[in-house]
Parts: sequence; C-alpha cells; structure tokens
Amino acid sequence: MNRSLYLFAAIIGSFALSCYALVIMPKCQLGGLQPQTVEDEGKIVDIYPIKNVSVEKGRAVYASEGCFYCHSQQIRDEQNGTDIERGWGARRTVARDYLFEKKPYLGSMRLGPDLSNVGSAKWRNEPENEDPKYKPAKRDAAWQLLHLYAPRTVISISNMPPYRYLFETKKIGGERSADALALTGPNKPKPGYEVVPKPEAKALVAYLMSLDKSHPLKEVKGSAPEVAAK
Amino acid sequence: MTAAALAPTPTTAAPAAPSAAQALATERAAIDASASGPVLFCFGNAILWLLLTTVLGLISSIQLHSPGFLANIPFLTYGRILPAYNNALSYGWATLSGMGVAIWLLARLCRVQIKLPGVLVTGAVFWQVGLTIGIVQILAGKSTGVEGLEIPGSAAVLMLFGYLLIGLWGALLFGYRRQAPAYISVWYLVAALFWFPWTFAVAHVAMALPSVQGVVQSMVAAWAMQNFLNVFITAIGLAAAYYLIPKVINRPIHSYHLASTGFWAFILFAGLTGAVRLSGGPVPVWLVTLSIAATILLIVQIVTVSTNLILTMRGEYHMVYHSPTIRFTFFGAIAFTIASVVGLLASLRSVDHVLHFTFFQTAQTHLLLYAFFSMVMFGAIYYILPRLVGCEWLSSSMISLHFWGSAYGGGMLIAMLAIGGIAFGSALADPEAIFSQVIQDGAVYYIAGSIAWGMIAIGHLVFALHFLLMLLRIGQPGGEPTLFAPIGEEKH
Repeated sequence: MNRSLYLFAAIIGSFALSCYALVIMPKCQLGGLQPQTVEDEGKIVDIYPIKNVSVEKGRAVYASEGCFYCHSQQIRDEQNGTDIERGWGARRTVARDYLFEKKPYLGSMRLGPDLSNVGSAKWRNEPENEDPKYKPAKRDAAWQLLHLYAPRTVISISNMPPYRYLFETKKIGGERSADALALTGPNKPKPGYEVVPKPEAKALVAYLMSLDKSHPLKEVKGSAPEVAAK
Repeated sequence: MTAAALAPTPTTAAPAAPSAAQALATERAAIDASASGPVLFCFGNAILWLLLTTVLGLISSIQLHSPGFLANIPFLTYGRILPAYNNALSYGWATLSGMGVAIWLLARLCRVQIKLPGVLVTGAVFWQVGLTIGIVQILAGKSTGVEGLEIPGSAAVLMLFGYLLIGLWGALLFGYRRQAPAYISVWYLVAALFWFPWTFAVAHVAMALPSVQGVVQSMVAAWAMQNFLNVFITAIGLAAAYYLIPKVINRPIHSYHLASTGFWAFILFAGLTGAVRLSGGPVPVWLVTLSIAATILLIVQIVTVSTNLILTMRGEYHMVYHSPTIRFTFFGAIAFTIASVVGLLASLRSVDHVLHFTFFQTAQTHLLLYAFFSMVMFGAIYYILPRLVGCEWLSSSMISLHFWGSAYGGGMLIAMLAIGGIAFGSALADPEAIFSQVIQDGAVYYIAGSIAWGMIAIGHLVFALHFLLMLLRIGQPGGEPTLFAPIGEEKH
C-alpha cells in the first residue's frame, strides 16, 4: 500500500478525531442546555440565568479594553484552589451560568481578582477580618468609577493600569455634574473643572455591577434551591 | 528499509563520482533559485514581525511592574498590547518564518523546483495584509474578545485565503516529489500544512455560528490555540530539527523507527490536548480528563524524538561550538523536551490548580514558541539564507550576540515567568493571603522579565541587521559556512 495514502488518511483521521472529541461532542452535550426554571404549583417562580441585553455595551467595552486578560470570570470548586474561600463567589460556576453569554470571558490569567460575582454585595477580595488599611470601602458603582480612573486612590497597592481615557475633564458649567468623580490629592482637577465618566465608562461599570453568578443551581452541590428544580 | 535509505540527502549525497555530485549540486541550486523569492519574502516579513513583537513584549513587560507606563493612551493599554503581542508573535513571526522554512524544506526534500513561485508570494501577501489589519483592529479595541482568536473574521478570511495558496502549493510539491519514500520531516510538514487551515477555519466559523454559545465558545478557542501550538508550530519545528541536525553533522538520524513511532503518537494525541487549558473550569470533566490523558500519552513522542535527536548528535556535541545552525537548533531540541515534560507535569490536576491563572502558563507557551520553535527557526534561517543569496553570514560575533540575547534573555524570561507563576500560585493557596499584596510581591519577577526582554531585544536587533546585510549581499564569499570556530580547533 502506498505510504503517502497512509499518511494522508492518518492526518485527516486524526484531525477529524480531534475536532469531534473537543468541538462536536461538547457542543452536542451542552448545546441543548436550558435555563433553570423553578415552578411552584404550575407557576414559574424563578428562572436563571436571564438574558441581560442592557449591559451588552459594557460587555463590549470589557472586551475592547482586554479586561479579561487579567480578570477571570470563573469560580473553581474547593478542591481546585481557594476561589470560594477568598470571597470571590459562594459556589463554583458551571456551563449553565454562561448560557446567554455569546463570548464568555472565562479568562486564563489572574493579575487581578476574579469578577464572576463582582456586582454582588457579598463579593470581597480581602480576608474578612483584614486590616482596614487594605480593605476598601463598599464597592459600589461610584467606587468602581474611581477605581477605573485612578486605581491607587482606592487600593494603595493596586497593580491595575488607570483608564483615564474613559473619562473627560471638563469645565463645570453651572452646577457640578452628579456623576463627577470625588477625587482628592494629586488627581484632583483644577478648580472649576470636574472629571466625569464617558458613556463607555458608565456602560462598563453597569456591566461590572450586573455580574453575579451566585444564584443557586441544582447541578452545584450545596446550592440547590429549596423548591424542586426542573 | 534501512535507516540510511530513508535518511535525508547526507548519506545518499556522498559523492560517488564528481559528475554525480556536480549534478546534485546543480539540481539543488536550481531548487534554491526557484524557492528564493517566496522564502526570502516570508523570512523578511517574519523578521519585521519579530521586531514589532519585541517592542510589544517589552512594553507589556514594563507595564506589569509599572502599571502607569503608557497606560492612558488607548491603543497602548495592557489589555490591547498583550493580544497584539501574542498575535504578532504567533501569526507574524512564528507562522511566516515557519512557512518560509516549510516551503524550502519541502522543495529540497521532495527534490522539486517550485513552479510559479509568485503564487506563494501572493499567499504570503494576503496573510500579511490580513494580519496587519487584524493587529491594527486589536490595538484599536475592535478585537473579537475571544482569547486566542482575537483577529476579526474579515481579516481572518484574508489570512486563510493566503494560507490556502501556500498550503496548496506545498501539497503540490509533495504530490510531484521525486524523492520517495518521504523523509520524516516531510510527514511533519504535510501534517502541519493540513491541520492549520482546518483548525483556523473551523474555529472562526464556530465563533460566527449563533448556535455556538457560552462555554462551548471557550472550548473551541482553547482547542484552536492548543492545535496551533501543539500541532502546527511543533510539527514545523520538529521537521526543521529532524532535517538540520543530521544534515549539518553529516550523519543520518539515529533511528527511523523511533522517528516514525514518535510521529504516529504525535498525530494521534497532540490534537486532543486542548481542554487542559480549561482545567478546573465550567466545562464537562470528561473533556479535561481526555486532554490530560492525551497529554500524558504524548510522552511516547517526547521520549522518541528526544532520544533520536540526542543520539543523532552523540559524539558530535562539539558542533554546538562551531556551527551556528547546530547551536540554535540543538538548543531548540532540548527546549522541546523540557517544554513537553513541563507541559505533561503541569497538566496534572493537582499541579494545575496551583499554577492555573498564573504566569506559569505563559512560561509554558514561551518554552514551546520561543525556546523551542523560534530557536529552531533561527537555526534554519542561518542554514538556508546563504543558499538563497549566494554569500555567507558576515560575522560570527553577530550570530554569537544573537544567540546570547535569545538564549540567555529568552531563558531568563521564561525562568522568571515560571518561578513567578509558582510563587504566585503557592501564595494564593493560602486563602488569608491578600491578593493585591501577592501581585505586588511578584514585581521582582516582572522587573527581571523586563531586563530579559532588553537582552532579547539586543539579540533580535543584531539578527535583523545581519539579515538585512545578507539581503544586500554583504557577507563572506559563498562556499564555506560562517562558523563560530573552525572545526578541529576546540573552543575552551
């Protein structure tokens, strides 16, 4: 038999195997995944996840600035690292969590904390009883904006680059804008000027504040909802 | 079939009669002349990308310890520089240099002159244009947002078309070969030429399909990235190593059976390793287990390839003191072994959960893409270029300086990334450790990484200058290769 035929058959066959095992089979297994609905006496009382189109703009900014090269969005279980003990999430994340994400930003690197649940009030990146020096104030939208503009004003040892181009410094015309940053020290703008977020920054923060994958799921042990899930 | 019969030309080329040797030399000269246009075009553009990669790599490295560096310029922010760097390195330098080497090796090993070399140049131009558009779009913030597949579809189509022209011409060279049976390097090259466009096309089409949602996208991206590195890049690098080492030391490869066993293990398992990138993530567990198993089974290839190349070199190790090609290529071959063993150990779950999400993974990528592949490509370019331009490299000191920058700089960079990654991963194993503090403590590794980048930059600049001199035909007279030290005089 012609050796080059063997060669071609092997190359084509091995590619087909690789594609089948790592692309087609996972697609078949997960392609039919549906949101988890919880019914109570025939009425749907809960559904998760819900498609949230209002934050798509912010998601686009997240991708365009490459946030996911330093921030992951996946929580591993207790056997695989300290993600949960660290306060990044109450449970591991599973395929269903990303059901409506066209491009899930799972990430492969953590130069910054995981952001799967950063919009949740329970999210923390410091040990619970930490020295207040390291413990920032509540991470609400205003905090996130400040952090984007000048990370070290809110976390003194932050390694995140500033994103000043998502903001503009403008002259205060009449009243101070409601969303102007409360800057102090060297970052404070000249008198009569204020720093306000551009629409991109606002969209990005709205997206960040929407991130919450802590909803109980039946496939995650210890997080199943009380009512029988279907 | 004996090993000698299947070896590349060194043994069969032994001059039986002066006229036969002369005929062979004429044939080779004609093949080189037919290949020189496209090969020089690929090399030249690859080296331009290498210089850009060096600049981007240096900037991104500095930004790690000085986050304010160039931060407030949108197109220079870390989140755009990093993907631009990765794409320029993979699809610019690595792919174009690899294609140049592949075209030349195929023409030589199949003993076929390239007809219509303009088609290959056209292919490379399409690739070049597509890639340039893609990288500009990444820097402009218009990347697809999928790690490893950042280049937008419109630019990727141009690249794919260009690649197909080159791949088709490569397949034709194989089809019209006058040297049967095919040497092991040809097997690897045919596999590389075939795998790449399919992976690239399947991945980009899958990204565009509305039915591919959620984590399935991440799996496709991981599969495509891993295929690029572990199949395409590895195959071209090994093809070049299997050619250059026996050729320069003028001895057939140690065992053809080992080479063939390694190839079959490679073709069967390498394409199944992709999901190790998602280990611990929100994907089916069987998928990761399958990839870990495939990574472990690849040990057959690691052992056979390493044994074969090392045994081929046996007794000729002094050649690393003399021949630039051997010094670079053998360095690459050793790096392949290290990269594969490290990859195997790091894929194990107990190791992975510590090292996942750290620079250790970047270190692994660079071991394969730089310490192995790029070094072999440098060795190949040092070998091939004199045959295309008709003169020899001007200065062995310049080659020496390039090796110093690439081997010590590259080695230091990889070591810093790896040690930094281990330190970072183990520190985070303590849930009470403050995350931001752990990152801060890594600054020393990042600073050392920037110094390493400085060394790499010196090496690359010298290499690019030397290449330019060769293009201008400024060099030693043709015939005898430029060596570090004459053979017979040991350098101590």
